[in-house]
Amino acid sequence: MAGLERTIEQCRTLVEDVTFPRARAWKEAGGGVVGSFPVYAPMELVHAAGMLPVNLFGAGGGVEIEAADSRIQSFVCSITRSTLELGLRGNLDTFDGFLFSNICDVARNLSGVFARNFGAKMVEYLHLPQNIASSAAVDYMTGELRRVLKSIERLGGRHVTKEDLAGSVKAFEGNRLLLRELSRIRAESPWLLPASESYVLARASGLLPKEEHTKLLGDALLEIRARASRPMDKMRILLLGSFCEQPPLALLKAIEDAGCYVLDDDLALGLRFLDAPMAANGDPVRSLAQAFVHNAMNSSVCHTRAPRNDWLIARAEELRVDGVLFCTAKFCEPALYDYIPYKEALEKADIPHLHVEFEEKMTAFEQARTQVETFVESVLFD
Amino acid sequence: MTATTTVPQDVGKTMQRDLLAKYYSALETANQRGEPVAYLFIPGNIVELMRCFGFHAVYPEINALQCGIKKVAGDNIVRAEDLGYSSDVCGYVKNDVGLMLADRQSPFGKIPKPDLLVCNYSGCNTFIKWFEALAHFYGAEFALVDFPYIREDGISDGDVTYVVAQLRELIARCEQRTGIPFSETKLRGILELSRQAEELWVQILHLAKEHPSPFDAYFEAVFYMAPINMLRGTPECVDYNRKVLEEMKARRDEKRGPVPEEKFRIVVEGPPAWPHFRTFWELFKRWGAVAVASTYSKVGGLYDQGVRHDPDRPLESIAEYAMGSYTNWNLKKRADLLRRYVEEYEADALVIHSVKSCRSFSVGQADFREEFVNELGIPTLMIESDLADPRYFQEAQLRNRIDAFFESLAQRRLTGVTA
Repeated sequence: MAGLERTIEQCRTLVEDVTFPRARAWKEAGGGVVGSFPVYAPMELVHAAGMLPVNLFGAGGGVEIEAADSRIQSFVCSITRSTLELGLRGNLDTFDGFLFSNICDVARNLSGVFARNFGAKMVEYLHLPQNIASSAAVDYMTGELRRVLKSIERLGGRHVTKEDLAGSVKAFEGNRLLLRELSRIRAESPWLLPASESYVLARASGLLPKEEHTKLLGDALLEIRARASRPMDKMRILLLGSFCEQPPLALLKAIEDAGCYVLDDDLALGLRFLDAPMAANGDPVRSLAQAFVHNAMNSSVCHTRAPRNDWLIARAEELRVDGVLFCTAKFCEPALYDYIPYKEALEKADIPHLHVEFEEKMTAFEQARTQVETFVESVLFD
Repeated sequence: MTATTTVPQDVGKTMQRDLLAKYYSALETANQRGEPVAYLFIPGNIVELMRCFGFHAVYPEINALQCGIKKVAGDNIVRAEDLGYSSDVCGYVKNDVGLMLADRQSPFGKIPKPDLLVCNYSGCNTFIKWFEALAHFYGAEFALVDFPYIREDGISDGDVTYVVAQLRELIARCEQRTGIPFSETKLRGILELSRQAEELWVQILHLAKEHPSPFDAYFEAVFYMAPINMLRGTPECVDYNRKVLEEMKARRDEKRGPVPEEKFRIVVEGPPAWPHFRTFWELFKRWGAVAVASTYSKVGGLYDQGVRHDPDRPLESIAEYAMGSYTNWNLKKRADLLRRYVEEYEADALVIHSVKSCRSFSVGQADFREEFVNELGIPTLMIESDLADPRYFQEAQLRNRIDAFFESLAQRRLTGVTA
């Protein structure tokens, strides 16, 4: 196996392993570990305290939901149920704390369920500013970050200095720069990198120590650019709706096998949530707040910006896509609500679209593949 | 079991009906008369501020529950689903979109179009998505006021500063839109009326501590609470609460309650099943079960926990009130409140009505049950249906669960088994 293929395989194994081997190793070496629930959490703060930040994304079908059933109703999304299941089964024993934020009511309330069931661990809910148009949003968020930082400092048993924070902000920014580069390659030359590969490379950013992932991704990018793949006659699509719960890898693969190039997506969005270089103002916490308020990526969990439909059409035109695929988790309210205005805007702009719903535990992908194949045929051979 | 009798329509209900009829009648012609219309949500609603600028307040949640009671929510929901809304999202949102598609013609009058959509976000993320969608459909202005969730024990100064700054920004937008300059004196006057109504409302709620409780603090309180939620800041609201208080005191003096004989006292968590309201209530009444406290009657403000509008701290008290709505409290505080209600109102059990539509309410309730049954030893019944979608109400199944629960409570009494 060539170097790149081996790296991709390693990342895939990491993503699918719900025992969190790297977090365990880190813990065994005496370090602290803090997990975050999607979409976004300022994991720089965890890094600055010398702990390992891990981005949790449910169990991806890797566990049977049993214990969580008595605590979360059946009409709630898989990622919520499986994340709790991981905790109740002991898979998260390695973790010293968890961060949640306000993407939706379910994620917020899950923080409360975690607080009661894992009372010995740090469980922090961050109320990120929803009204980013307000002139008070940056001040408010700076205060909220400082509040959580104090909690992280208590957990890590050390004072976090401005220098620590500046170093962490820089390390994360360097990593996001490469993640953006990964996205850019796929948008420009999708034949060089299937989404199912790019996805596991990116997801590893939330599972490995940040510096290690930056090195891994830097090397991978060199090899991706050197790939000899040639363009094929496939449908160019934009995939949206998977910013929190992640579709099974096999579904991503089925979408691509059905004849699609996924030029861009919102998979694991939180890993690259801040979309522009950080302001250097001498206060790294405030820089993070400013970045969230002014430069967060467009998504269903970010409000009071220009209408998202305008963004969608502009992005679709910029990427010259042939269609948009809504790939949403069952019961995911933010994605399901946004689907309506998105759909109407696409119809107005004469851009084809398709909606595919998924659950973590789904195992049969033939139907989704047929759906996408029919979509591709209807567009390419129209 | 006891045969139930229908409680005669009383002043609390007849006056409430008249007040709402007057309210809806004024709405009907608002657009034609060129009067500004603001859509607001009940939790954390900032109607006092909007009254300063002459806005009519429309509450899509109230419209949804009224549509539920009048049995038209099902049709509205189907219309929204035909447009593309998922069967898995909130029935209130779909009712509202369906109502819009039906030219906003409701059984209680024509609802005006919005000029301003004030998303007083408080404890429900769906609210944001709801008004974003309405902004898209109506082309109306969208204003979000973000009220931070109560994530520690209380409200921090930073949270109040953030909310007050946003309220000031909203005031500037309202001034610009209506041409009416903001008057703090006027706001103080309105807030004083709110405060008076709130004091009376708390006295009403506390009367449920009596044995028997003079009223059902869930099935009746949800009607009595309409004025405090919708008409706060008006003399009519103060007058209404005063009359209801008098009526409840009279009932108390006569030892009269909502059922012929109060046999079980329950605390209820979660919204009612509006589309099957009478049937739902009947399932409890037939056991002589009376709600003595409920959390749904606190969604518009936890006045019984000390929340008050304060004319001396106008914007600050609006901010604190809004953050102090029930679903804006973290789960630990919510569970603690439920436990205190059981104790203070001397209830026999907790009943959780979990609704699919409202995850803000329902996620965490199953965990409450674990805590109440296994750790606190409080008998707890958890049932599921919906607040808007009539399709989720399975009467036979609910009846079985409710009957089995009260049978076991009755059995416990006979055998003297506690917890």
